[in-house]
Amino acid sequence: MNPMKTGSISAAFAHAKGERRALLIGYLPAGFPTLDESIELVQAMCDGGVDLIEVGLPYSDPLMDGPVIQQAVDQALTNGATPKSVLTVIKAVADRGVVPVVMSYWNPIEQFGVENFARELHQAGGVGVITPDLTIEEGQPWIAAAALHDVDPIFLVAPSSTNERIAKICHDTRGFVYAASTMGVTGARDQVSNMAPELVARVRQCTDLPIAVGLGVSNGIQAAEIAKYADGVIVGSAFVKAANAGGVNAVRELAQELAQGVRHGG
Amino acid sequence: MTTSEVEREIVIGGHFGPYGGRFVPEALTSALDQLDEAFHSAIADPEFAIQLSGLERDYTGRPSPLTRAWRFGEYCNDAHVYFKREDLNHTGSHKINNALGQVLLAQRMGKTRVIAETGAGQHGVATATAAALLGLECAVYMGEEDTRRQALNVARMKLLGAEVISVTNGSRTLKDAINEAMRDWVASVDSTHYVLGTVTGPSPFPEMVRHFHSVIGRESREQILAVEGRLPDAVAACVGGGSNAMGLFSGFIDDLSVQLRGYEAGGDGVETGRHAARFSAGSPGVLHGARTYVMQDKWGQTIPSHSISAGLDYPGVGPEHAWLHDTGRAIYEPVNDSEAMDAFALCSRTEGIIPAIETAHGLAGVIRLGKELGSDSVIILNLSGRGDKDVATAARWFGIELEHSESGISIELAEGR
Ligand SMILES: Cc1ncc(COP(=O)(O)O)c(C=O)c1O
Repeated sequence: MNPMKTGSISAAFAHAKGERRALLIGYLPAGFPTLDESIELVQAMCDGGVDLIEVGLPYSDPLMDGPVIQQAVDQALTNGATPKSVLTVIKAVADRGVVPVVMSYWNPIEQFGVENFARELHQAGGVGVITPDLTIEEGQPWIAAAALHDVDPIFLVAPSSTNERIAKICHDTRGFVYAASTMGVTGARDQVSNMAPELVARVRQCTDLPIAVGLGVSNGIQAAEIAKYADGVIVGSAFVKAANAGGVNAVRELAQELAQGVRHGG
Repeated sequence: MTTSEVEREIVIGGHFGPYGGRFVPEALTSALDQLDEAFHSAIADPEFAIQLSGLERDYTGRPSPLTRAWRFGEYCNDAHVYFKREDLNHTGSHKINNALGQVLLAQRMGKTRVIAETGAGQHGVATATAAALLGLECAVYMGEEDTRRQALNVARMKLLGAEVISVTNGSRTLKDAINEAMRDWVASVDSTHYVLGTVTGPSPFPEMVRHFHSVIGRESREQILAVEGRLPDAVAACVGGGSNAMGLFSGFIDDLSVQLRGYEAGGDGVETGRHAARFSAGSPGVLHGARTYVMQDKWGQTIPSHSISAGLDYPGVGPEHAWLHDTGRAIYEPVNDSEAMDAFALCSRTEGIIPAIETAHGLAGVIRLGKELGSDSVIILNLSGRGDKDVATAARWFGIELEHSESGISIELAEGR
C-alpha cells in the first residue's frame, strides 16, 4: 500500500502536518435525520473545513454511545437507514474531495459479509473503518479482509489499555490510532479528560502512525488544546447537537469554529 | 506460565467453538482481563470456596431439594418427573447462586459498588441482596416495560437499598437494560463490578456465571443417583440468557446418555414474529459482547423480542448454548405464552408450587418430553424460580380479579378458565 496515495488517510494527516496543524475529523450517522439531509449535513461539514469524515452506520444497540448519538441513530433507523445508505453518504463525501471512513459496530459488518463490506466500501470511495466494539483479538479476519481491499482498519485505545495492548493495537491499526480520551461513552463534555495527553504519549512510544483524540470534544478551544499534543481531533456528539439545533448552517459554523481551533494548537 | 501462554488461555478460553469471545469497547478489555484473573485465582483458592459454600448453606439454604412431582408427572405420561427446587433458595430463584459468587468476587477485587441488569427482577433482587449482605453499593438497570410487569421486584430492590434505574430507550426491556449497564460500567470500572446476570456477555462472564450455577447440576446428579439409582434420561430448563439451564446441564454434559433440553420463549408463536426463539428464528451474530444466536434482520439490527415472561424476553442467548445447539449436544424448542401458562396452572394445582412464568416454559417442555421419552423415563426440570413476582400477570391471564382495598388485596376466582 502506498502510504502517500492521494485521498488516503495518511496523505490527509501529512497534509495537515505540512500546515503545522491538527487534522479535523467529524462524525455524523448516515441517514440522520433522513438520507438526503444527512448528505447535506456532511457536505456542510466538508464546506466548513472538516478534513476527514466518519460516517456512522446506525446500529440498534450502540453501547459506546451516549444519549445524543443514540437518539440520532434511532431516528436514522426509523427512517430506514441501512449499510447501503452509509455507502451513499461515503460516496458523497469522497466526491467533495474529503476523506471518508465508516464508524460501525461489528455485527452489521459481519452480517453484510466481512469481505463484501470491505470491497463495496472501497468501491464507494471509503478508505477506512473504525470499529468501536471489535477487539484486536476478534479483529483478525477483518484486518485481513480490509488489507485485501485497501481499507484501513482503525482500532481504539483507551486510558485503561496496558502498554502491551497498545503495542498490539498499533501493530494492526492502519491510517490512524483512535485515542478515546476518557473512560466513558460518547457525548460532548465541558472539559476534555486529562487522561488524554498521557494516553497519547504512551501511544507515541509504540507507533509512528498519526494519533487522533476523540470523546467529549465540543468546541474550538478544546480542539486547540488537543491539537497541541495530538495529530487529529475527533468531534461527534457536538455535530449531532448542532444538526438538531440549527441544521446545515449550525453544522457548517461548528466545523468552521473547530477548523480554527485545530489551527491554533501550534 | 509465560505471558503469551496466559494470553492464549484468555483468548481460547473465552470461546465455545466459534461463539463467545469479546466484542467490547477497548476501555473494558483491561477490566475483563482483571476479572478473568481474579475469578480464576478465587476459584483456585480454598478460602474463597469455603466462604462461598458457607453462604450457600447458611444463607441461601442449599442444597435445594429434588422433589418428585408425582401428580404433575401424571400429565407427563407418568414419567418420573423431578423438580430441582431453586425456587426455595433465599430470594426465590437460582439467580442468588451467581449473585453471591460475583459480589463476593467484587469484594475480593476491592470494588465498592456493583451494578446489574435485570429482566424479571430476580437477578436484580439477588444482586441487591448480596450487596446488602456484603456491604456494597448497588444500582440495577431495568427496562421500563419490565418495571411495570415486575413491580413487586422493583419494590424489593428498593427495600434492599439498591437504586433502580428505569431504562426508557429501545424496546425498554432486558436488552436495553444491558446496554445501559455496559455504558455505566465503561465509565465506572475502577470502583464498580458489573454483576451480569446470565451466561451471556463477553468472556469471562459466560464461563464464570456457569461456574457459580454449576452447584445446581452437581447437587442434582448426586440427588437423582440417590433416589433413582441411575442417571436421568433428560434434564430440562427454560432458557432466557441460559444460566439456570447451564447450571443444570453442566452436571450432566459429560454423561452422553443424558439428553439436555432447553425451552425458549415462543411468545405469540414463532410464526407471528413476536417471540424470543433465538434458535428457531435467529442466526449467528454478535450482541452484547459475544458471538451467539441473535434475533436480527438481514442488516444485523437486533429485532426486539416478545414474551409474557420478562426473564426470557431477550433477543440473544448464552454462547455456550449456541455451541451446544450446533453440536447437537442440547436441543432447544420454543414454548408459546399460552402453552407455558397452561403448564403454570397445572403445576400450581397438582403440586402446590406456583412457578415463575420463566420456569413455566420449562414445565411445558417436560409435558412434551414425557410423551416423547415414555412412562418409565426419568426427567429433571430446573424449577428455577417461584411465581410470587408473576401473580399480577397470571391473575390477568386467568381472569382473576385483584381487588385493591385499604385492608389489602383480595382475590376472586373468575369462572371459566
Ligand atoms: C425464575 C427465572 N428463571 C429463569 C430465568 C431466565 O434466565 P436464565 O436463562 O439465565 O436462567 C429468570 C430470569 O430472570 C428467572 O427469574
